[in-house]
Amino acid sequence: MHGSAFRHKLLTVLLLAPATVWLVVFLVLPFVAIVVFSVGERAPEGGYQAAFTMAQYANLPARATAFWNTLILAPVGAFACLLVAYPVAYYLALRAPERWRLILLALIVIPFWTSLLMRTYAWMYILGGRGIPALLSYIGIEDLRLINTPGAVLLGIVYGYLPLMILPIYVSLERLDRRLLEASADLGAKPLSTFVGVTLRLSLPGVMTGLSLVMILLLGEYLIPSLLGGGKVFFIGNALVDLFLQSRNWPFGSAIAVTLVFVSVVVLIIANRVSTRFSGARQVDLI
Amino acid sequence: MSTAPVPDIEFRGVAKRYGAVTAVSGIDLAVPPAAFVALLGPSGCGKTTCLRMIGGFEQPSEGQVLIRGKDMAGTPPYRRPVNMVFQQYALFPHLDAGDNVSYGLRQLRPRLSAREISLKAGEALAMVQLAGYGRRKIHELSGGQQQRVALARALVNKPAVLLLDEPLAALDKKLRTDMQIELQNLQRELGITFVLVTHDQEEALSMSDFVCVMNRGSIVQVGQPSEIYHEPADLFVADFVGKTNLLAGKVERRSGELVEVMLADGSVISARSRNGVASGEAVSVSLRPEALRLGASEQGTFQGIVRNRIFLGSTAEYAIEVPALGTLLATADHQLSQDLFKPGEPVAIGFAPGAPLAFSGVKENGEKQRETKNVEIVS
Repeated sequence: MHGSAFRHKLLTVLLLAPATVWLVVFLVLPFVAIVVFSVGERAPEGGYQAAFTMAQYANLPARATAFWNTLILAPVGAFACLLVAYPVAYYLALRAPERWRLILLALIVIPFWTSLLMRTYAWMYILGGRGIPALLSYIGIEDLRLINTPGAVLLGIVYGYLPLMILPIYVSLERLDRRLLEASADLGAKPLSTFVGVTLRLSLPGVMTGLSLVMILLLGEYLIPSLLGGGKVFFIGNALVDLFLQSRNWPFGSAIAVTLVFVSVVVLIIANRVSTRFSGARQVDLI
Repeated sequence: MSTAPVPDIEFRGVAKRYGAVTAVSGIDLAVPPAAFVALLGPSGCGKTTCLRMIGGFEQPSEGQVLIRGKDMAGTPPYRRPVNMVFQQYALFPHLDAGDNVSYGLRQLRPRLSAREISLKAGEALAMVQLAGYGRRKIHELSGGQQQRVALARALVNKPAVLLLDEPLAALDKKLRTDMQIELQNLQRELGITFVLVTHDQEEALSMSDFVCVMNRGSIVQVGQPSEIYHEPADLFVADFVGKTNLLAGKVERRSGELVEVMLADGSVISARSRNGVASGEAVSVSLRPEALRLGASEQGTFQGIVRNRIFLGSTAEYAIEVPALGTLLATADHQLSQDLFKPGEPVAIGFAPGAPLAFSGVKENGEKQRETKNVEIVS
């Protein structure tokens, strides 16, 4: 082997080593442990006891509510985020005056500097008995319950994850060649057609990035349902905390965790497929 | 240019301002039907602004833009009977060549049938010699092919006027020449008006029926290419269009169209002046390189020494240093001048009477605004 080729390989190995070690120690090994746990049994005093059984997976329906809540509220929340985020990103990228753009972007990112916990706590009070319901009772609307409902969780989700949705969409719209919009108008397309046929179409990669980012984080969400759902609307994340820390049923918790990872990967693959289909190699809508 | 029928495009006292900056002002122009018109000028002269006002992407701050006699004020781009070939084409990257071309057809109401759309898009592609390229992705096409797709896309809806914004700037020289001829042919075949925006005077002169020379937001001269070249309206046009020698001098005497101009070396030559310059006025005398006659004898108006010779096949271009006047460019036809002059040789320069043109004003050094940075992208 030539010396230079060897050095080149050595350099590659050295560059990749830290990330590889990190991933192996903190991702692969724990995941292997979780998989092993998931086919084990709960020790009588809690924790894990070696075994090989599918019993934990067979028991998954016991936590069906957590799964349903997550699998419904995560996509619904992600789409709600999208509906709010798109107009904001559109305004920022295409309508806002140049010199305001940076300031407005900063305003979107700044809330990130405060912990999500504190911000969600604030919502707890806003939606709680002494918040909006109290104000509404002044004008005669009584007994309105906001907190601890799916609606409250949804609101918290949209509020908490909005920047994650706005930024990728903003980036894809900002890169959009403005002359394409002029070309579309020039060819007789009315504003709505131009939006659907050019703007929206070319921003789809950003939309898909935002959707998968938010969706995947939501699948593991714990904080928002726990504070704004108050134990009535709970996610898989809440079930996991409960199983590992309260009932100390590690194998069952592990089985749920493995299933969650599986679902996340499926979501990612679907998102990837959809986005390459719209912006990638082949066109689907032939004349 | 006198126009009998309704002009395809008409500017009436048009001005466009961006805040305190005036892009164009006092634009009056009538483009007769089925003409090939070039808007020619250096960058920043307002030619693109004018084109964009026809397309509807800019609204005039003052005056009216009419298309086929109809005032276009408040008419959005998608309701105007014009189509544009954009600079760098602005093709839709997510659509293939065929879908780019049929984009305009899909916008038509009532809707065309799928068969009609694919038929017409195919015809348009064939018109620009791209039959069978419909399923190609845009990034798989060369620069020249992209240019053709843009052309087909703009022509597919049969616009009353085709607008071309520096359409050939991104092509290499050979391709550019081919496309010039093709565009001319297309314009004649289709019989619609083409409005070409360019900073390339050669392109403007070779392709168009009428050239509209612009400078600093105003129209300086409108005329046929030969008129622009041989009878430039002012110093700017003389300098911008084609190569020329500009000699600074002072008007000694005036009689009708003819003026006697004393040059820097003390010699007095007789020149024609279109826009009557006054006696005593500082002027520039324009002498085209091909108007100069070189001879070995001592009979010329100027005596100089050959500094450079560029052999160009049928002609040769000389740079000749003349004391007190600077370097003059001369183009010599080999048929006429029997012998080639070598660098370092003395040479006598003469010119046909009537060749020199006098213009008021003196060109400041470095004012020459001819754009030379053609982006050459080899496809």
